[in-house]
Amino acid sequence: MTTRRDLLQYSAAVAAALAGTGLGGGTIGRALAQQRVTEADLLAFEPLGNVTILHVTDIHAQLKPVYFREPTVNLGVGEAKGVPPHVTGKALLEAYKVPPGSPLAYALADIDFEALAKSYGRVGGLDRVATVVEAVRAERGDRVLLLDGGDTWQNSFTSLATKGQDMVDCMALLKPDAMTAHWEFTLGAERVKALVDTLGFPFLCQNVRESEFQDEVFKGSATFERGGVKIAVIGQALPYTPIANPRWMIPDWSFGIREKELQAEVDKARAGGAGLVVLLSHNGFDVDRKLAGRVNGIDVILTGHTHDALPAPVQVGKTLLIASGSHGKFVSRLDLDVRDGAVRGVRHKLIPVMADAIRPNAAVAAAIAKHRAPHEAMLAEVVGRTETTLYRRGNFNGTLDDVICDALLAERDAEIALSPGFRWGPTLLPGQSITREDVYNATAMTYPAAYRMAMTGGRLKEILEDVADNIFNPDPYLQQGGDMVRVGGLSYTIDVGKPIGSRIGDLVLARTGQPLAADKDYTVAGWASVNEGTEGPAIWDVVFSHLKKTPTVAPTGASTVKILGA
Amino acid sequence: MTMTVSRREAFALGAGVVTAMALGGAGPAWAKNDSDELIKAFTGGKAPVKGKVKLDLPDIAENGNTVPLAFTVESPMTDASHVTDVLVVADGNPRGGIATFHFSPRSGVAEAATRIRLAETQNVIAIAKMNDGSFYTDTRQVKVTIGGCGG
Repeated sequence: MTTRRDLLQYSAAVAAALAGTGLGGGTIGRALAQQRVTEADLLAFEPLGNVTILHVTDIHAQLKPVYFREPTVNLGVGEAKGVPPHVTGKALLEAYKVPPGSPLAYALADIDFEALAKSYGRVGGLDRVATVVEAVRAERGDRVLLLDGGDTWQNSFTSLATKGQDMVDCMALLKPDAMTAHWEFTLGAERVKALVDTLGFPFLCQNVRESEFQDEVFKGSATFERGGVKIAVIGQALPYTPIANPRWMIPDWSFGIREKELQAEVDKARAGGAGLVVLLSHNGFDVDRKLAGRVNGIDVILTGHTHDALPAPVQVGKTLLIASGSHGKFVSRLDLDVRDGAVRGVRHKLIPVMADAIRPNAAVAAAIAKHRAPHEAMLAEVVGRTETTLYRRGNFNGTLDDVICDALLAERDAEIALSPGFRWGPTLLPGQSITREDVYNATAMTYPAAYRMAMTGGRLKEILEDVADNIFNPDPYLQQGGDMVRVGGLSYTIDVGKPIGSRIGDLVLARTGQPLAADKDYTVAGWASVNEGTEGPAIWDVVFSHLKKTPTVAPTGASTVKILGA
Repeated sequence: MTMTVSRREAFALGAGVVTAMALGGAGPAWAKNDSDELIKAFTGGKAPVKGKVKLDLPDIAENGNTVPLAFTVESPMTDASHVTDVLVVADGNPRGGIATFHFSPRSGVAEAATRIRLAETQNVIAIAKMNDGSFYTDTRQVKVTIGGCGG
């Protein structure tokens, strides 16, 4: 088995190789950057062993290349405090010896993001991802397994308009071997089942059961033969889907981590002669790290949900954890030497999908164009302009959500705005036009109603406490993933190290500068309520209407949240 | 010989005989949770020992209105040594009582499964009374969230 040191050293070697093609910062022009970053460099990999796993996850229906800024603040608690993936920016690059200014540094960290984005351009694009997959298949033949960790079918305009059909059709061209799911379920039980029936590859969710009798709703696992190795892939959907998303859309399905059932599935696979057991997971990284120490016999966990990208595997016992980012920005390649039912050698690379350097696959590009054609003119319509970077990722706030909160406050005439801590949504650069598509990319989902209601100060605190515990409970099994709910018109203090009920304090209403009164009603506007029958205009229409009146935005990213105990 | 028992029937069989189903409805706002008193009355003031009982509950309830609960008590269930009663209480509901399950050696096993209602994040406590007058217990915390911001 490869040691952690080996893996780190290997990743350092990769980083050094990439550095040869890299840049010293954002001072060099884009054309030059493009010349110096080539597809061959990005894909360079010395093959190893008899199995290659390719992993993509959390694409969030982004068919086209995007900008995507990684978080500045991504706090870990308990045992996850200060360890990957809870390391960002400079510390992350140093931990993995990634040269600043290199393509990988641009992809992994927020440092010099704007300058590097101008040099290197956009990332992702399903047609580029297809090229990476095709190249590895050409090299490795029947050794390759392509696995999709889910959050694939939702969160763009076309995926919403076609109820996920655009993603299903385009992904089909990449010929995935299996997938698991989370946001897929927001299409509703009936639509999910209908799409799954057409996939032609397994939709694996061992932890989704029919509520009454706990029967499996989907296949829990599938077996593949690659490079002469029998490989069992077990799927794990987001365990908290009915809490994090509307339960009424999937009323008869129950989720949960289901360790016992998972262990049984692993044991069954081993007993059936599997030489390699892979968990295709949408648990979130910290949940998977804990799970790896409690469920025996899993060789590889392909993590998802928390959008972390790591340039080397994290090892827990004999289990390797792979983190492959989001939005089509990365493809993870994992070569394994599997002999006599055990992993003898490992080589890994987190491949940044640099859209300007990697050629689009023509067939996938054509399929994307076909799905977009009816909407292309509408999507390209300019509705505003930003003077600062608009991004979403960060535990407490993001400038994209500041714009949404401002729109809610103004358009819904509210004192306080709440915007969910979603981790999806691409980035816009300073000076960039905001198109209709950009707004949809930050808001497209099946329960978009922007509600307006009265809430007491006490209730608001309760909500903030509840959401904070979903992120900062020291037991990962009690974390749902997702970031902190974003607030507008309100400031507060959070001590992440405290228990539920005592993390949140100093709530102050911005409009008056007065502390929130526990028993007083405030007018609150928000969106993405999980409750059935929520009323209000769609959030994107709220944002369009706001931008029509104030087309230029310039959020500074200054947070109204004071963080303690981090 | 094969006997066909539906899963629903099997559930009912496994549950033994349930009486005194005190579902935690909406109690008066001033009512204090009475789980401590219920436990004291059940054990006659004796302190139950941690062990033998295993409560199975989700870490996070998907729906506080119907939370699956199951328990098993380690026991040979013979005339000489068996479980007679199991009390289940919740310390954060308006009222603490959930159910008392009665067993005899003819139950074969001391286990049951049902659904309970939990108003908020709280502890669920099961206490088993053995025929020799000893008491065993297990506690599980269940998180009941307001939910709605994952992704």
